[in-house]
Amino acid sequence: MNDELLIGVLALQGDVEENIKAATYALAEMNQKGKVISVRYPDEIMKIDGLIIPGGESTVMGLLIAIKHGLLDSINKVLQKRLPMMGTCAGMIVLAKQSYDRVIGNKKQLLLGALDIEIERNSFGRQYDSFESNLEISGIENDFRGIFIRAPSVIAAGPQVQILSKFEGKIVAVQQENIIGTSFHPELSGDNRMHKLFIELIAKWKKANTNNANSKK
Amino acid sequence: MTISQVGAYPLSKGIKILTINGKQATSGTTLIKRGFAHMQKHGVIMDVTNAEQAQIAEDAGAVAVMVLDKLPFDVRHAGGVARTASVKVIQAVLDSVSIPIMAKCRIGHFSEASILEEIGVDMIDESEVLSPADEIRHIWKWNYTTPFVNGAKNLGEALRRIEEGAAMIRTKGEPGTGDVSQAVTHIRMVNNEIRKLKGIYDNNDDQELIKISREIQSSLEIVKETGRLGRLPVVNFAAGGISTPADAALLMNLGCDGIFVGSGIFKAEDPLERAKAVVIATTYHDDPKTVLDAQKMIDEKKSMLGLDTKNLDLRMQERGPTI
Repeated sequence: MNDELLIGVLALQGDVEENIKAATYALAEMNQKGKVISVRYPDEIMKIDGLIIPGGESTVMGLLIAIKHGLLDSINKVLQKRLPMMGTCAGMIVLAKQSYDRVIGNKKQLLLGALDIEIERNSFGRQYDSFESNLEISGIENDFRGIFIRAPSVIAAGPQVQILSKFEGKIVAVQQENIIGTSFHPELSGDNRMHKLFIELIAKWKKANTNNANSKK
Repeated sequence: MTISQVGAYPLSKGIKILTINGKQATSGTTLIKRGFAHMQKHGVIMDVTNAEQAQIAEDAGAVAVMVLDKLPFDVRHAGGVARTASVKVIQAVLDSVSIPIMAKCRIGHFSEASILEEIGVDMIDESEVLSPADEIRHIWKWNYTTPFVNGAKNLGEALRRIEEGAAMIRTKGEPGTGDVSQAVTHIRMVNNEIRKLKGIYDNNDDQELIKISREIQSSLEIVKETGRLGRLPVVNFAAGGISTPADAALLMNLGCDGIFVGSGIFKAEDPLERAKAVVIATTYHDDPKTVLDAQKMIDEKKSMLGLDTKNLDLRMQERGPTI
């Protein structure tokens, strides 16, 4: 069995390299064999064991997912396989079922609907109000430095969604089975524990998936 | 850390600490400012002069819009003094799109910058496209909570602007000309200087590093950090003269982190298609097949005719303080 994990970071727009670095550091800290690569093509999506959708602008990523032939199909295919995914900030919006902007209201944009949540975009205000603060996150010991940049928040969550963290009464981190979403940017805080949590999900999923494939033979 | 914070001024007045229910939240930190710039990476920031253009830009996949009174091409033709855009135009753009909004102020005009911060724009461009208000000094950007972007045509300019508080750098190019050659010159200049600096840093030649720091009038600390990283400590975008998907791909392939398009879109006759095509070419810049698909979306007959950068009445890159 191949226990080396292949993690992809969706490289359409945003802080791709920062997520590659954070995930690479996390692998090293866990002594877990693996590689982190940037992905932009359908065949790349099909071969990875986990996908990170980075921070950036959700409208731009949605547009680029829709434009590239076969990309949306391949993402939907791996979602059916329950491939682990993590979205940070804009990435969480792309993974959500519904979203609206705090000032502009409804905005037509492509959403994957993988997380049963409704998002309020720019929930804490514009860049002037962007901030950093310590957070309590379930599954992570001690405070985690949350970097909130024009951050969204989760306004409503379905029954399958586990709430991992709140700030000022707003939901800022969620998990639904293999999928994690955060309002903040764990890739910028210099603390790789959120990425480690995600890599644990990937390792578990890969093990279960490999066992399944073997039992079918 | 995945983002460098070297060069930060310890007494920045732009840092605001709020206590909410006993919890501290801090705004305007170097990480929050540079982090915002990192979120624009691989994206296209488009110049707009009203809310309708901003809407077109957002629908085409702009990562942010830059509001100005006149496009650089029109600034050249109008002559006179170019100032920051009307407050009501900026407000109308703020009320109509969900992506970040940037606006330009004059070099050294810290009161225009304060107005832009007060209105609530997400980033301020201290820009040579507008008439400089101070020939001696740039704005001391550490006084602001809002992040700034500045132009630079060589490494010294870039590092001096970062030490004044810029959270993002862009090439200067020659805006409004439709000619990318000056932007190419500037990014090549910065790249070559950094390559040389990295070699010296890797050789642990402190004497030479000190010499460079004196030559380019930047602190030794930031010179060393640039050598260690092998790139600028902040995001570096291309700007000035970009008009086609191929132009965007060229500058991305030269190592820029993203693209500013000014007159190139709304001075062309096919702005919506062209804007989309530039977005696609920026993301897939290293994939000739996809850049070709993007280039097919535009018609060269509809590109702006442009201006010869050798015979310009006004060289915008030369404006403002020399230090």
